[in-house]
Amino acid sequence: MNVWLIAKRDFGAALHGLWGYALVASVLFIDGLLFNIFAMERTAKFSHEVLEDFFYYTSGPTIIAAVLFTIRSFAEERQTGTETLLVTSPVSETEIVLGKYAAVMGVLSVLTLLTAYMPAMIFVNGKVSPGHIAIGYLGLLGVASASAAIGLFGSSLVKSQVAAAILSGVMVVTLLICWFLAELTDPPFTDVIAGLALHNQHFQAFSEGRLVSSNLVFYATVTYAFLMLTTRILRGRRWQ
Amino acid sequence: MIQVSNLTRYYGEFPALRDVSFDVREGEVIGLLGLNGAGKTTTLRILCGLMSASRGSVTLDGTDVGSATDELKRRIGFLPEDPPLYKDMTVSSFLRHMGRLKGMTAARVEKRLPEVIALTNLQGREHQVIDTLSHGFRKRVGIAMAVMHDPRLVILDEPISGLDPVQIVEMRKVIRQLGQGRMVIVSSHNLPEVTLTCDRILVLRDGKLVASGTEDELAKRLGDARIVLTVRGEQAAFEAWLKAHPKVEKMNPRPVANPYASAVVDLQGDIREAFIAELIAAGFGIRLVEVPDDELEEIFLGLTRGEVSA
Repeated sequence: MNVWLIAKRDFGAALHGLWGYALVASVLFIDGLLFNIFAMERTAKFSHEVLEDFFYYTSGPTIIAAVLFTIRSFAEERQTGTETLLVTSPVSETEIVLGKYAAVMGVLSVLTLLTAYMPAMIFVNGKVSPGHIAIGYLGLLGVASASAAIGLFGSSLVKSQVAAAILSGVMVVTLLICWFLAELTDPPFTDVIAGLALHNQHFQAFSEGRLVSSNLVFYATVTYAFLMLTTRILRGRRWQ
Repeated sequence: MIQVSNLTRYYGEFPALRDVSFDVREGEVIGLLGLNGAGKTTTLRILCGLMSASRGSVTLDGTDVGSATDELKRRIGFLPEDPPLYKDMTVSSFLRHMGRLKGMTAARVEKRLPEVIALTNLQGREHQVIDTLSHGFRKRVGIAMAVMHDPRLVILDEPISGLDPVQIVEMRKVIRQLGQGRMVIVSSHNLPEVTLTCDRILVLRDGKLVASGTEDELAKRLGDARIVLTVRGEQAAFEAWLKAHPKVEKMNPRPVANPYASAVVDLQGDIREAFIAELIAAGFGIRLVEVPDDELEEIFLGLTRGEVSA
């Protein structure tokens, strides 16, 4: 119940005022732009290749949106003092973190759903399977979920929203360029570091319409790990 | 009943609170008085479970507040100095949200909401967005939030700061009403305000509880030993005599026209009769012996600055 209450409140707050809508509109605009420029480029392509490119290019703005929507979660509450409202209520740290995560995922789900007109156009004018579309969106939500968890963790560490954005951005970028860092190392670190790559290693299969369970497990693990760390941060701060 | 025993809190090496002990009984409104940095907010934050104590204990109806159980959180209402409010929400939706978060059922929230709105005089503002309210109304929303779940203990940190005179008068009424059937702790650095709203006053200085009692009891502590003297004689000679007297703890000259001299004198204990006799014997003609007008303010300043021993 408490998770639902917090999620409902945060979902409303995320879309209150210009910030939320401006962010949603900007991400959709960029998604559309990338779709037109790169996915729909003039060279001959199969429909499934267009869809694959759509998911590939949409994942970038989705990751950025996930981080930007989460930076307010804890940093703003600490800045404005409203964190006190949660801490003095009979609500556990886990419920607070889950509530905030659910709210951000709600917003990101709406945002992702609003891009559906692009795969719908490919579906109507070309030949792609609904399964490919569903798996691609599952991947988008997976990478969004992991990025949101990292963003929540960054937001729980500092009071300033700008600092939270920078911190979360650095963590996400580090995980994004793991494939590149892996090339600079020797085995066995190469495989370990490459396996941590947030996008390159784990998103590709989703965009191609292949459901690989290890990729799902990876996103679930990153999400769980960062949400757990966030819970620990909240709990630890109380007893400082 | 809330019982505070030997409460101590360190920030690193700095002792913000040192062995503070007191209790609050049912229906009592307690004023926690002290200058900035005296330890008031630290005390309140520990009382409501927001912060842990380095040493000592706080129990509410026998339950240790440090355990911060959900049941305990339902029994405490806290309003920080700057009310934490979700400013994008309307007054009623915010109070509903907080009621549910405190564990109230939807039906109980709907029953309680009009009572709290009436208690804090927020009628007509229920559907207004909090961001558009004045500072005074936001304070009221903060109090409404703190008492929404009908807690046993209400803790208000500087509830009158930033309010205009009319709002202060209204806030006094609200605080007095809150005290009916509950325990209320109000922190302030404003002595007159505390004396007007509280049954008992606790004075903190440098993290220590230096005085506790009613307004009269506190006044008695210094009133017996502090007098304003006006005599016939030279001001310089009068001051020299006072400074030389072994039982005069402190002396502050007061400007008066010749041929008179005057000073506020702190004596070591209630030795007024003997002291006046000595003064007459020294050749000073007694014109006036009085208790200072601003006695209570002086007591507060004395206690909080450490000029009076605890």
